[in-house]
Amino acid sequence: MVGATPLYSLKKFHVSTKLNIQAWCSVKNGTVSCNGKKIVSTDNEQTFSEFAKQIYKEQQWEYPKFYKMDRLSKLTFMTAEILLNEVTISSEEKEQLAVVFSNKSASLDTDRNYQNSINSIENFYPSPAVFVYTLPNIGMGEVCIRHKIQGENAFFVFDDFNPLFLKQYAESLAQNNKATQVLCGWTEIDEKGYKSFLYLASPNGTLPHTEETITKLYTQS
Amino acid sequence: MSKPVYIQEASLVTPLGFSIAANILALENEKSGIEEQHGTDILDTPFYAAMIVSKKIDAAFEKLGDPSKYMKLEKMLLLSVAETLEKSNLQLSEKTALIIATTKGSIDVLDPDISFPEERAYLPVLGKKIQSFFGFKQEPIVVSNACVSGILAVAVAKRLIQNNIHENAVVVAGDLVSKFTVTGFNTFQALSDGPCKPYSKFRNGISIGEAAASVVVSSEKKKNTFVQVIGDGSCNDANHISGPSRTGEGLLKSVQSAMREAEVSTNDIDLISAHGTATIYNDEMEAIAFNRAQLQDVPLHSLKGYYGHTLGAAGLLEAIIGFEAMNQNKLFTSLGYDESGTSKPLNIIQKTEKKTVNTFLKTASGFGGSNAAVLFKKVSCEH
Repeated sequence: MVGATPLYSLKKFHVSTKLNIQAWCSVKNGTVSCNGKKIVSTDNEQTFSEFAKQIYKEQQWEYPKFYKMDRLSKLTFMTAEILLNEVTISSEEKEQLAVVFSNKSASLDTDRNYQNSINSIENFYPSPAVFVYTLPNIGMGEVCIRHKIQGENAFFVFDDFNPLFLKQYAESLAQNNKATQVLCGWTEIDEKGYKSFLYLASPNGTLPHTEETITKLYTQS
Repeated sequence: MSKPVYIQEASLVTPLGFSIAANILALENEKSGIEEQHGTDILDTPFYAAMIVSKKIDAAFEKLGDPSKYMKLEKMLLLSVAETLEKSNLQLSEKTALIIATTKGSIDVLDPDISFPEERAYLPVLGKKIQSFFGFKQEPIVVSNACVSGILAVAVAKRLIQNNIHENAVVVAGDLVSKFTVTGFNTFQALSDGPCKPYSKFRNGISIGEAAASVVVSSEKKKNTFVQVIGDGSCNDANHISGPSRTGEGLLKSVQSAMREAEVSTNDIDLISAHGTATIYNDEMEAIAFNRAQLQDVPLHSLKGYYGHTLGAAGLLEAIIGFEAMNQNKLFTSLGYDESGTSKPLNIIQKTEKKTVNTFLKTASGFGGSNAAVLFKKVSCEH
C-alpha cells in the first residue's frame, strides 16, 4: 500500500466531523447583517455598485482589486469579508478552509454584459477583463486569494436556495477528511436584485448545522 | 473504511464519434477532431476548434424527439444521458442524483440571432429539461466550477454516495464552442494558431472543443463494472483568477488529497490524464506540480490534441477515455507533442502502446484558481 512514497500520504487531518454553525452574514437590499445584527443599513435607492463602494469605504478594506471585480464577485467578496473578519480563524485554518457556494443565475449578470460587447461587428469590443468574470466560481476565487484559502472548492447552481444540499455536501467534506471547517452559502445577483447569505460551518460553532436552522437564518437575513 | 463507489456505464458525444468505440478508434489512429473553422458566425477570421456538425446531432436525436425544439447543447446532453441510461438499465429512484457539469450551458441563446427564449441560458432550466426528459425524481445538482466542472462532478457524486445521501448518480457534462467562448479566449490571446500542442516547446494556446459525456456512478458493482473511484481532491490556488499558479500549489494539494484518501503511492499510478490545455502557463504549472508530487515519471497525456479544450466537459470526457485505457491496458499518444516545452520533465506518451493500467489519475485546472484530481482503480469484473 505505501511504498516509496512522500510523507504526505501518511499524514491525515485530525478531524472532528461534527459541524455547527459558527457565524453567518447576509447582504441584500442595501443592508448588511451579521449574526442576526444589522451592521449597515442604507436607503435602498442606491444601485448595487454604489452600495458596494460605500461598504468598501466604510469597512476600510484597502484592497483596490475590489474595484476591478464584477458585481457577483463584489457581492461574494463583501459578504465573505465581513463574515471572516467577524470570527477568530487562524491563517492555518483558513488555508484548509473549504468553500461551497451556490446561486441561481451563475454569472449571467456579467455574461449579458459580455454578450453586448460581441453582438455586432460594427460595435465589437470584447474585453478579457470582463470575460474572465463570466464564470460563477470567480468570486469564490477572489475570496480564496484574499484570505489564502487553499481548501476544497465547489460552486453549485440550483433553482432556489438549497439548505439541505449545502448541509449534506459540507458534511460529506468533513466526513471524508477533506475539511474541518466549511464556508457555505448562496450568492446571487441578476436583473431582479441581489442577495447573499454565507455561513461558517465549524466544530467551534454553537448553532446546529441542520436544514431547519440554515433555512431560518437565511429567511431572517 | 469508506463505502466503495464505482463507475458503471459511460457514453460520449464528441466530434470523433457518438460511441466510445468510435472515439477509441480515432485515438488509435491519432485522428484529431480539431479543424480549421472558417465561414462561421463565431469569428470573422479562421480559427481552430473541434466542433460537432449540427446535422449529425439532429439526425441522431430523431430517435429521442423533435430536434427543432431543443438547443444544440441540450441535444448533446440528452443523447449522452439516453445512451448511458440504456446501457446501464438504471432504475431512477428517489436515491438517484442527476449531476450536470457545465461552464456556460446554452450560452449561445444570448445571441440575438437565436430564437429560443433567453431563460434557456439559466442552468437550472437546462437541468430541469434533462430531469423531466428522463423522469429523474430529484432536483438536478449543477456543478459550474470553470474547467474542473466535469471531473469535480464525479467527486461530488462519489462523496454524496459515500455519505448515503444518494445510492447512485448520473453525471453528465457538456459545453459548446460558441461565439461567446471563442471571442473570449481570443481576447486573452489564448487561441492556438493551429491544432493545440500540449506540453510542446512550440505550443501557443488552446483549441476549443465541444462535447458531452456521461457516466453512472454507483455504490453497486455490477458484473461488467471495472472502475472504482478511490480518491479525490479539489483545491484552490489562492493565487490569481485567470493565471495558473507558478508553484502549482492547488493542483499539488488536489493530487495529494486524492492520493492520501486512496492510500496509493506515486509508483502505484500507471497513467495520468492531465489537463494540458497547451497554453504556456498552464502546461508549465502542471509540470511543476507533478514534479513536486514526484509523479514526473508516470506516463502522462493530454487529450486536448484530439478534442480541443471542451471546458466543463473535459474532465469527464477525458476520464472516460482513461477508463478505456484501463480496460484495454493501453496508453494513448499525447497528440501534438514533439519537443519538451516545460522547465521540469514529464513522461509524455509519444506512441500508443499496450501497458498495464491499473490505477489512473485524472486532473484538471481552471479559472478562479480551481483544480481537481480524481483517482480511479481497476477492479476485477466478470467479462
